[in-house]
Formats: sequence, C-alpha cells, structure tokens
Amino acid sequence: MDREDEFMATPAHPETPLLSLRGVTKSFGAVDVLKGVDLDAWSGKVTALVGDNGAGKSTLIKGIAGIYGFDGGTYTFEGQPAQVASPKQANDLGIEVVYQDLALCDNLDVVANMFLGREALSGGTLDEATMEQRANETLKGLSVRTLKSVRQNISSLSGGQRQTVAIARAVLWNSKLVILDEPTAALGVAQTEQVLNLVRRLADNGLAVILISHNMNDVMQVADNVAALYLGQMAAQVSTAQLDRARIVELITSGRSGDIGLSAKEVAL
Amino acid sequence: MSETTKALDAQVAADAAAAEEARPSRLRQLVATPIMATLAFLAVLLLAFSILAPGKFGTTSNLTLLAQNVAILTVASVGTTFVIATAGIDLSIPSGIILGEVFAAQALMMISAGDGKAIDVPADQTRAGYVLAALAGALVAGLVIGAVNGVLVAYMRIPPMLATLGTLGAGLGVALLIRKGVNVATYALNPVATGTLIPGVPGLTNLVLIGLIVVVIGYVALHHSVFGRHTLAIGSSEEAARRVGLRVERHLLKVYVLGGLANGFAGFLSLAYFSTTSVGGHTTDNLQAITAVALGGTSLFGGVATILGTLIGVWIPAVLQNGFIIIGVNPYWQMIAVGIVLVLAVWSDQLRRRSQNRR
Repeated sequence: MDREDEFMATPAHPETPLLSLRGVTKSFGAVDVLKGVDLDAWSGKVTALVGDNGAGKSTLIKGIAGIYGFDGGTYTFEGQPAQVASPKQANDLGIEVVYQDLALCDNLDVVANMFLGREALSGGTLDEATMEQRANETLKGLSVRTLKSVRQNISSLSGGQRQTVAIARAVLWNSKLVILDEPTAALGVAQTEQVLNLVRRLADNGLAVILISHNMNDVMQVADNVAALYLGQMAAQVSTAQLDRARIVELITSGRSGDIGLSAKEVAL
Repeated sequence: MSETTKALDAQVAADAAAAEEARPSRLRQLVATPIMATLAFLAVLLLAFSILAPGKFGTTSNLTLLAQNVAILTVASVGTTFVIATAGIDLSIPSGIILGEVFAAQALMMISAGDGKAIDVPADQTRAGYVLAALAGALVAGLVIGAVNGVLVAYMRIPPMLATLGTLGAGLGVALLIRKGVNVATYALNPVATGTLIPGVPGLTNLVLIGLIVVVIGYVALHHSVFGRHTLAIGSSEEAARRVGLRVERHLLKVYVLGGLANGFAGFLSLAYFSTTSVGGHTTDNLQAITAVALGGTSLFGGVATILGTLIGVWIPAVLQNGFIIIGVNPYWQMIAVGIVLVLAVWSDQLRRRSQNRR
C-alpha cells in the first residue's frame, strides 16, 4: 500500500457521511465513464465536485439522482444500502438536483414553480394560501431577501433570482442532499455572490450539498471539501483547507498533485 | 463577508427602487392587460352599434339573441382555451361540433317513441331519456375526435396545426358519410336550449345558462385545479414540466380530449337550438373560437390563459356580425373585421412577450 492510498483512506471530515458511494462504475456501450468512483457527502458540508469536461461529473450526478442506475459499486445513504433506480426514488430519499438549465416555467409565478407537480390542495382545488405561506417560509429560512414577491412571474426575474427559486424549490421538500450543477455559470459578480451565500446557508441549515463547479473561486469560497474527478476516477476527496487553487487545477488536469491524488500507475490507466 | 453582504443589500434595495419607478400607474397597468383592453373594445363596439342603430341594436330581444348565438361558441371556446394554453391549437372544432350533432341525431333515431322514433317527437313530448341519449351520442363523438387529436399530438408528435387539420377534414367526411350528405331535423331537444329553468331573468334561456355553467367549470378547472396548473406549466415549458415528473404526454391527451368533449357538447347544443344538423355548416367556428380565445388574452404561444378573457372575446365576432347586419353593412365585412382583429390581438401578444423577455 503506497502513500497515496493511505491518504485516500483519510476522510475529509470525521463524521459519518450522509451519502457514500464506493467503487461505482458506469459504462455506456464500450466506454467506461466511471471506473470505480468513491464519493462522500456530509450533512452540513459543501462538497465541491470538480473535474474537466468528460471526467464523468454529469454521469456521477445522474447516477446519484436516479436518472440511471450505476453498473457496479455500493450506494449508501444515511448508513443504509440504497437502491436508487429512478428520480422518484432519489426524491423519496431526500435527494434533489438543481440542473444547470433550471427548467422553470416562465409564465408561472414563483409559488407555482416551487410546488409544480406537488401542489397543495384543499377541497380538491389548489390551496394557494398554504403554498404561498410555505414558499415564503422556505425563502425566509434561506434568508433570501432578493425576491420582492413570490407572486412574481419567473419571466420577470433575473438569472440569480431564478437560481434562487430553483434552489428554494429543491429544499422545500425536507430534502437532505441538494446537488447543484454549476449554479453560478451564467451569473454576474453580484448575483454569483448571492447564490454562493445561499449555497453556504443550505449547508449551515444542515443539508448536505454537492456543488459542481468549474470556478475555483467559488470552490475555495464555499466548499468544505473538494472531490476531483479525473477521467472517470476519483483523484482525491480532501478538505479544502489542504488545497489551494493551483493544486485543485492540478488534480483536475493531471489526476494528482504532490502527495495527493492517483498514483502514477493509476493515472496511466 | 459582512461588507459584501451590505453592498449586496444596497444593490438589492436599489434594484427594487428602480423596479418601483419603472412600474406604470395602476390605471395604465389595468388597460395594458389584454382582458381589460378587450373588454374596453367590446364596450366601444356595443356603444357604437347602439348609437348607430337606436332602438334596434341595444334592445333586450336583440341582446338575448346575441347571447344565444354566443353561448354555443362559448362552450367550444372554453375547451379550446385549454388546448391553446398548452401552446397547441385545435382546428377540428367544426368537425367536433358537426359530428356531435350527427351522433346526437343518430342516437335519437335509434330510440323508439310510440309509433316512430325519438327524433320525430315534437318538443312538448320529449323525455329526459331522449335528451340524455342524444347528449351521450354527442359526447362520444367529441371524445373520439379529441382522443385522436391527443394521440396524434402527444404521442405521435405531429404538430397540432396539422394533426387537427387532418381530423377537421376527416371528421367532416365521416359526418357527411353517416348522413349521406343530407341534414336531419329534430325538435326533441328544443327544451334544452329554449326553455327557461330559472324563470324571470330576461335573456337567461337554458342555452345561455348552460354556457355560463361551462364558463364557471372552465374557470375553476383552469385557474384553481391541479389539472389547469399542469396545463399552463406544459404550455410554458414542456421540459420543466417533464423534469418535475409531470406525465406530459398523458396530460396533453387529456387536454385534447377535453377540447373534443367541449366541441361535441357544443354540437349537442347546436342541434337543440337550431333543430337541425348542419353538415357543411360551422366552417368558420374554429376561426371564431381561436379569435375569441386570442382576443381574451390567452397566448397562442402557451402558458398564459384566461377563461374570463375567452368569455369576453367570444362576443366580439358575434357583436360585429350582428351589428353590421342591423346597421345595414354587408355582413361579409364581419369576416374581414374579425380577421384583422385576430391578427392585431396576436401581434399585441407578441409585443408583450418581447418586452417581457427584454430583461
């Protein structure tokens, strides 16, 4: 056993992870996209998932979210082995994904979007009062002050506000793990700051957060630990304190950085 | 961090203030909503014709007649509001209505009544059973054509315009085949349209009452039910609807079936009111219904719809036609006027969308 392996065995946080993947694999035809990936996510912590295009980030996320099942490996949630073969099963566990394109209904208001598909009813008709109240409570719980009214149509919102709505929708359902796919990719400076603050608050409220990002500033600012994928392998998942921008970039581009990451032999695989 | 937060708060406050300033006055906002603009347009038309034809247009009897004429189209328009809310369109309204009439008539022909058939009984000897049989026939016709539309659009992914163009032609053909090109008259259903269940209210014949009930049901279904919410969501963004787990295809099928049922029911009412089937008639009902829906403020691009708007919009083509006849203008002008009004309504919807997306 060489040094790198020992290092990999040291978790980024001492607590038991909420989500724990061990050796998950996924192939599409002859292409092995995930070659035995380990990933942990802890309640109250932001885990940044980084990696170059084609490293397998999306495949990993879709596997966690149940868009498709992994081919091999173990999926443990709250200490129990979990079978997640559909988005519904992932939702039932308390896993929500905010995709990059958000997919909100422009012509509907904030409340309608947050409750779409899971509307509150009273006497067979929509219970707008309850939904509005819960939407407001959720936004308040996240200290969101950027929305003037939850009765605004999505079309009247800025990019950052839309991202806020998408994230609030994800946490509305007693979710435990929220996965955010590049939430700041399309945002300006001020709005990026707002969204990153929101991401931090999600974790501070006790949720486990997996943040996919290409932006090293974002990662260094909000992530507690960083998981770097390199060509379908997990190069390293270590505490952010042990890293700096340059080392993360090195992990992304070459799979190793100093004593952290894959061994030379593994990189060659 | 706290400095950043402060700076952010300041910016948010500034944004809010700017938005407040940019907001137009209440009155202008009200007029700017399409439903209010249409209501104002309708009021101007009513006023103009009342002035141009004093003692003729604004009379109770003429307005009652108008309400009767509008009622049948209202039923079809409420159904098609849902279809248009999904960013779809239903051109097969005429064939839904005519097949509704024909199926209702065929049902009456199958029932024995005394020496003859139910279709031949006079209005004062009709029975609830005959009416229900005719209603069932009309609804079956609507259900079938709506289901075909729904399968074509939702599952076979044929553009709604072409799918319903196909069922428009095919439906009319089926109606002509069944009737061998000849219309049939019946008085058995007359009480449904011309009777008054609630006496004492001028103009409130059963036909008008039924139209109003359909509007109320449509209003609740569109604006206060999960069904309506999902209809608008699919019209707004099919992908977003799919992402949250809505069964988009199944919902679209239901919406087209609903549209078909409304058309079949309109056919039943038409047979009851006019006492005859009308194969070869109703040809511009799709144009009129779509115009009514668009005028009311429902967006032909989906996601935005209003039943009350449709209720107002449906009056405009009817008032134009009725008014032109009364003041002695060739009623063919009505078709031109309706065409122009339709294009203007859609254009203003486009402008509204563009100004919304400018942010």
